[in-house]
Amino acid sequence: MQSETKSRVEQLTSPAGHPVSVLRFEGDIASTSKEAVLGAYQALPKSTVKIVLLDFSKVDYINSSGIALVIQLLMEANNSGQKVYAFGLSAHFTKVFTMVGITKYAGLFPTQTEALAAL
Amino acid sequence: MSEIKQTTVEVRLPSRMGFEKVAMSTASAVAKLMGFPEDRVEDLKTAVAEACINAIEHGNRLNEKLSVGVVLSTSADSLEVKVIDDGKGMSKKQAKPDIDRKMHGEEDPRGMGMFLIQALVDEAEWVSGADGKASYVRLVIRLDKEA
Repeated sequence: MQSETKSRVEQLTSPAGHPVSVLRFEGDIASTSKEAVLGAYQALPKSTVKIVLLDFSKVDYINSSGIALVIQLLMEANNSGQKVYAFGLSAHFTKVFTMVGITKYAGLFPTQTEALAAL
Repeated sequence: MSEIKQTTVEVRLPSRMGFEKVAMSTASAVAKLMGFPEDRVEDLKTAVAEACINAIEHGNRLNEKLSVGVVLSTSADSLEVKVIDDGKGMSKKQAKPDIDRKMHGEEDPRGMGMFLIQALVDEAEWVSGADGKASYVRLVIRLDKEA
């Protein structure tokens, strides 16, 4: 019943010249998404990747188990000295992420362009 | 929404993860018929999904022989959703999640369902079944409530 989560990584450079690893998600983010969320993040080389940008623009459904996976990703990034940002969340999930406190550890932006401009 | 005043809609879900989306779609359709604005419909969808996930995972312990009942009851100015399972009910309310404690590994990253439910609807009540079964959570959203 749950739409399989797909993820892929794209390497971009911000207008300020910083390399940014963009993790693009597609489908639902739920308890079954561990490999697509954490696995994809953990495959990034921690020694060279310093900025991670999460793309939620093709995600329609995130439940509390999916939010927990995002928090686990933030924990690992925090411990590795990486900065995490996100864009493409709907107004509703922007509210939910704010309610649970994720915005304290990950800056949220409406679009990729706005996110990259701020990095 | 005068056409659907005092109406009841019932759905039965298998105790299998993912089927909460059927309840979400049903609740969304009923709330839209009643004239709830889009942001309140989204709040309700998440609250209903989390209530169903709790019922499937904790109430019915993923036992596919058991089903989760979802009963939506409309009135002139509110929508009530009961999510019923065969568990003993919630013994205590969940504390508000503390992101700092979660980030430092002092609190389970999971465990936000009840918090989200309470935060997203106007009324949330957990009721344990008298014989340790047929426990339910009751959610209410009101039409006059600002988001």
